[in-house]
Amino acid sequence: MTSARNKELAYLIAVSGLTAVGFASVYIARQAVVSWGSLSYAGLFVALYLTAHLIARRTVPNADPYLLPMAGFLTAIGLTEIYRLGPTDAFKQGLWIVVGLALFAAALIGLRRDYRVLESYKYLFGLGAIALLYLPRVPGLGTTVNGARLWVHVGGLQFQPGELAKISLVVFLAAYLREKREVLAQGRLKDLGPLLLIWGGAMLVLVATNDMGSGILYFGIFLAMLYIATARLSYVIGGVLLFAVGGYVASEKVAHIQERVTVWLSPWTTHKVFCPLTGGYALRQDCQGYQIVKSLYSIANGGWLGTGLGKGTFTTTDGRQLIPYVNTDFIFSALSQELGLIGASALLLVFMLFVARGMKIALQVDDGFSKLLAAGLTFGFALQTFIIVGGIVRLIPLTGITLPFVSYGGSSVVANFLVLAGLLLVSHRANTQ
Amino acid sequence: MNRQISRVALLALVLLSALVVATTYWQTWASGGLAARQDNEIQRVAQFEIKRGVIYASDGHTVLATNVRRKRAGQTLYFRVYPTHGFASQTVGYSTQSRSRAGIEREENSYLTASNKTLGTIFDTLGDRLRGATITGNNLVLTLRVGVQKLAQSLLAGKCGAAVALNPKTGAVYAMASSPTYDPNLIEKPRGYAQIQQTRAPCTPAAPLLNRATQGLYPPGSTFKTVTAAAALDDGVFTPQSTFYDPGYCTEYGKQVKNALDQSGGAEAFGHVNFVDAYVHSINAVFCMIGQKIGAGRVLDQAKKFGFYSTPPLETPSDARSPSALYNHGRPFDPKDPAAQVDPGRLAFGQERMLVTPLQMALVAAAIANNGKVPVPRLVKEVRSPGGGVIAKLHPRTWKQATKPETAAAIKDMMVGVVQRGTGTAAQIPGVIVAGKTGTAELSANSRNYDAWFIFFAPAENPVVAGAVVVENQPNGFGGAIAAPIAKQIMQAILPQASNSKSGTNGH
Repeated sequence: MTSARNKELAYLIAVSGLTAVGFASVYIARQAVVSWGSLSYAGLFVALYLTAHLIARRTVPNADPYLLPMAGFLTAIGLTEIYRLGPTDAFKQGLWIVVGLALFAAALIGLRRDYRVLESYKYLFGLGAIALLYLPRVPGLGTTVNGARLWVHVGGLQFQPGELAKISLVVFLAAYLREKREVLAQGRLKDLGPLLLIWGGAMLVLVATNDMGSGILYFGIFLAMLYIATARLSYVIGGVLLFAVGGYVASEKVAHIQERVTVWLSPWTTHKVFCPLTGGYALRQDCQGYQIVKSLYSIANGGWLGTGLGKGTFTTTDGRQLIPYVNTDFIFSALSQELGLIGASALLLVFMLFVARGMKIALQVDDGFSKLLAAGLTFGFALQTFIIVGGIVRLIPLTGITLPFVSYGGSSVVANFLVLAGLLLVSHRANTQ
Repeated sequence: MNRQISRVALLALVLLSALVVATTYWQTWASGGLAARQDNEIQRVAQFEIKRGVIYASDGHTVLATNVRRKRAGQTLYFRVYPTHGFASQTVGYSTQSRSRAGIEREENSYLTASNKTLGTIFDTLGDRLRGATITGNNLVLTLRVGVQKLAQSLLAGKCGAAVALNPKTGAVYAMASSPTYDPNLIEKPRGYAQIQQTRAPCTPAAPLLNRATQGLYPPGSTFKTVTAAAALDDGVFTPQSTFYDPGYCTEYGKQVKNALDQSGGAEAFGHVNFVDAYVHSINAVFCMIGQKIGAGRVLDQAKKFGFYSTPPLETPSDARSPSALYNHGRPFDPKDPAAQVDPGRLAFGQERMLVTPLQMALVAAAIANNGKVPVPRLVKEVRSPGGGVIAKLHPRTWKQATKPETAAAIKDMMVGVVQRGTGTAAQIPGVIVAGKTGTAELSANSRNYDAWFIFFAPAENPVVAGAVVVENQPNGFGGAIAAPIAKQIMQAILPQASNSKSGTNGH
């Protein structure tokens, strides 16, 4: 059944065209800093995705034809914007995409016969998730960025292991819940033991690393998968209550979290308030509210149609960055400014389509592990998008986390290609039966 | 499990849809409000990618504001420079990153950035945008005359005060000086703004950024008698020949309000005088009686006809223009029952709580010069497209009809008398009939310092210049001695050479 792959190829060609237009647009707008050579990015990009397509053709011929082009589209938009913000970062991001696609290929090739072997290593994945999460706490390895301890430095490389922990967690939960779903559904407390253990461990690590965004992400994935496996809404309600109480206590005790909630509720003040960053008094929009406020200004500046790629304003006249972390956490506000409401909505629509396709795979496949795996990976993808973009548009408190496929960042790119590989493997299985 | 998966899928899609809704909110509904916020630098930065129009003085080639191009972070940005280093700074204003914009730079921003909407400019800027070319703004040619403005500034240097000179018929402003002044190039410099604020001047606060000509509020002193005279004559209650007896004081609420002091230290008393004498010699007691007779309400109504209680039109930001009015606790105060709330006698000779701007008093003089019509004051003579074509031109307009032409003519004669034989002889120009009125405003009951005023126009028979000069906080500073000589030099700089050399019989 190669018609699916032919479709995929056609969509990839369309995405390649878009990528070329995107880079050309940046080139035209910023001729002063950008050379014709920049267009080679578009070429490299096409070559990489054609390779991925060929590997998919050999390993998962019956898999969903939309996911790879959509991932390509998101990476292309991200890479274009990262390139527009800073060509050196785009080069690194390009390298990470190569690494990501290599791992993607390795996963497809290695697991092409039956990825369900992963089920037998479930505890390894469970422990692996916790170990990965704990890695930044190891003295000499981790560093604190923006109040949260998330990064691991090995030599010159920095890595955010949380992204991989997310995948390990989904694999573990899919395997564990598949095995225990009947007993869990009866609601006997002792069967919940290992689950609570994993959850408690993850939460502890999160409090230690001060990362609320990932906390909500992991817990959300956990609850969604638990609900899918057991069909017991009471678990979800209990879980949400538990998290709410935990969150309330945390916001009282942990200054970092409390601060984020305050800033979320009122990023602007009309009088000066205490500013913990300087120890003095300042308007909140000049202190902790700075990031969200500048990001909102950027989004608002886009209006309906945006300023156009390459024409947005991200630096002051003296060259200072207006939005901090603009190519990682805040890439959505950069894109919203340059592409406008039309572009930002189109981007979100692609995310929605990706989620819809992922969930469709979960519905189609017939074994419990595959269903839970596909649904868990997809829901994690959706929730992560919601947490970062929701924070940027002030729906929820802002927490630093990457926008899948779009943000700059090696660990994020690599992890998302693994998610993609997982979904294609499940899809191929579903369509082959 | 499929039922649960469908539900989770629905939840995920609802969450993502909420993002679309929220993004829509910020990009459409909230967008304007955010763009207007003071701490939103994006709007300001984007303006620096536009090559703003050049601002010229009235000669069309003296550059008051232009751009230097700099590359920053790969962007080509245009920064403002002011080659004349402080020529009419408060009026021309500035356009900076650190302090936003002021003056004409702010009020005429849409012309200067070519964002003014006419069919032609829309197509031009759209074309520029599509080609990725730099947007170039329109150039402004002001009415300000280089020589006159520089002279006015140098005459006020070292003092605090302001001078306005304009054409009474067209409203074209020839000079608008405010002292102390500042160099607008300093604003973007490190600590430059602080340096400006520390400017030393014989008044506190020195406030060099304040445009004293349009927002400085001063008691008008006797120059206000012009308004009272207009009220008294316009209704026909009095004529220039009306006679009065001046005992040297006027009785207000049972107390004596004395005339100004004479050289021997006592209040001057003139005895039997007519209206013209009372104006020419600026006799407070007589104007006090006139005010009591016609009432404060009538005087205030007349003031409104001259433009008091409204913000005079001008191409500077409205918050840099103050209305002239009675002020109470720092706000214009329009009494509901003037007879009970306002002292008519003191109002008539310009004390009470009346505060005026030099621009407003220049407009009073202009109205008398212009048959009772107050012109719309204008600073922009022409707007030219980058290609040189004229987009807009000054069209002389009348702002208000302040008095009947006959009243204006009668007051004109009195103002000529002031310069020929009254308090304003220091403003005489050989060969030219100058009209004027002095003012010496008490700052407080126990201060010996005064604000010295002179309002003027010339030549009386066919005025080409009208204006006002005020010098703050002068010890024994009579308007006739301090402000009139400044006004004289400003007039001389504006009057055509022909009228300077013409031999006149009326000049003293």
